[in-house]
Amino acid sequence: MPSPADRRYSKEHEWVRVDGDSGTVGITDYAQDQLGDIVFVELPAAGTAVKYMEKFGEIESVKAVSELFSPVSGEVTETNGALRDNPQYVNDSPYDEGWMAKVRLDDASELDKLMTAAQYDDYIQGLS
Amino acid sequence: MAQADANLLRTALHEEHLRLGARLVPFAGYEMPVQYAGVIEEHTAVRERAGMFDVSHMGRYLVLGPDAARFLAHICTWDMTRLAPGEGHYAAACREDGGILDDVYVFAIPPAPGGASPAPTRYLIVVNAANAPKMKAWMEGRIGGFEAELVDWHASSVMIAVQGPAALATLDGVLGREFVRSLKPRRCGETEWRGQTVFASRTGYTGEDGLELVTNADLGPALWRTLLDAAVTPCGLGARDTLRLEAALLLYGNDMDEETNPFEVGLDWVVTLDDGADFIGRTALEHIAPAGTGRTLVCVKAEDRGIMRAHCDIFRSGERVGTITSGGYSPTLGVSIGMGFVPPDLAAEGSELTVDVRGKELPVRVVPRPFYKRPKKEKA
Repeated sequence: MPSPADRRYSKEHEWVRVDGDSGTVGITDYAQDQLGDIVFVELPAAGTAVKYMEKFGEIESVKAVSELFSPVSGEVTETNGALRDNPQYVNDSPYDEGWMAKVRLDDASELDKLMTAAQYDDYIQGLS
Repeated sequence: MAQADANLLRTALHEEHLRLGARLVPFAGYEMPVQYAGVIEEHTAVRERAGMFDVSHMGRYLVLGPDAARFLAHICTWDMTRLAPGEGHYAAACREDGGILDDVYVFAIPPAPGGASPAPTRYLIVVNAANAPKMKAWMEGRIGGFEAELVDWHASSVMIAVQGPAALATLDGVLGREFVRSLKPRRCGETEWRGQTVFASRTGYTGEDGLELVTNADLGPALWRTLLDAAVTPCGLGARDTLRLEAALLLYGNDMDEETNPFEVGLDWVVTLDDGADFIGRTALEHIAPAGTGRTLVCVKAEDRGIMRAHCDIFRSGERVGTITSGGYSPTLGVSIGMGFVPPDLAAEGSELTVDVRGKELPVRVVPRPFYKRPKKEKA
């Protein structure tokens, strides 16, 4: 299935969907599939400053822990509290219910450094 | 995705794993399935119904000859001359200094019933996959003084573990109820299936009831598919690890190694010091036994969110007191669980400790072993 076209993608398999000056961040379907059953997601508190492609959280699957990298710089305004009790949303619905954080964007031009859906689909094709 | 690695060995069930869409990973020199549908789904299948694992990567050696039992008693901490035909027992194999070379299972394969003259008992020793080359060389180096022969059965056979509350009932329909029900816990036997011999033992590594089957490699795929058709869920190494951790079963390389002695990891029950069996490491273990050990393996359960993993440090009041040897998420309990070494005075049930999970303190508590015990079957 092609990745949703309404957002941008990082090489670390995060996506960001922009609405005004806010970007909603999550991980891709490819990432959740690679990680396997996700059992714990650790996200920064609202108010935390995050930087483009720097670590902003951790995601634990049954198998291992992985780092989350922010695809954009800015301030976290909200995190998905539902993941606390339902981390499996990331597996079941990575582009919707499994969203992770909303970030007020510092620099919208960073989005140009990210891949489009079509570019990302080509990218993961090359990984398999 | 997993790249094909020409140096990795494949089991006789490799094509079955590919057909089922398994994710394959390198493990102990083999290309093995880590998961098919998903670790939690497979874990749950074993806890609630029946699952099967390709464990053909585990080393299997037949020990034959009049001195077979004496040889095995020489290399194992438990006195294998005590095994009656049809019995099996777990043990450690130790270095002279008592360090654990491997943990093994030995079976005395009963002679086929109805044979004109009963053949001498054959023995099967099952060793860890990662230790198989080491153990084979070690055993070959020590069998010389015995009238016994070591036959490598590793590559020419498959081993399939069928585990779960519905495992025996399912196997009734495949291997025959009379045979399956004749096997009491830790007992073994052989039967025929499609004209070939199948070895079966009432053992496993999941905390559930079930059998482990060994048969010729060429029969493996047919047996695997028959079990699949009987609704047994294929399970990978991922679920094997979460299941064994919940059952607090030790994993060589994590919870013990050559620098670990059996008493430190609760394996006192597989060390027979109460008779004359002269096994390698006995002298050292006789000295260690009364002195006690400086560390002991405990089960700990997280009191908060966060997942402890192997190599995380254990603290008590800010002081480092030990290390987690196995850790992860328990699908059955819904929290993180682990095993690790602590000083004996901190090993009591209820002992409150913290585990450093990448810089964060995770509060944990020592709990009874195992984490999970299968419900007792109701009397029929």
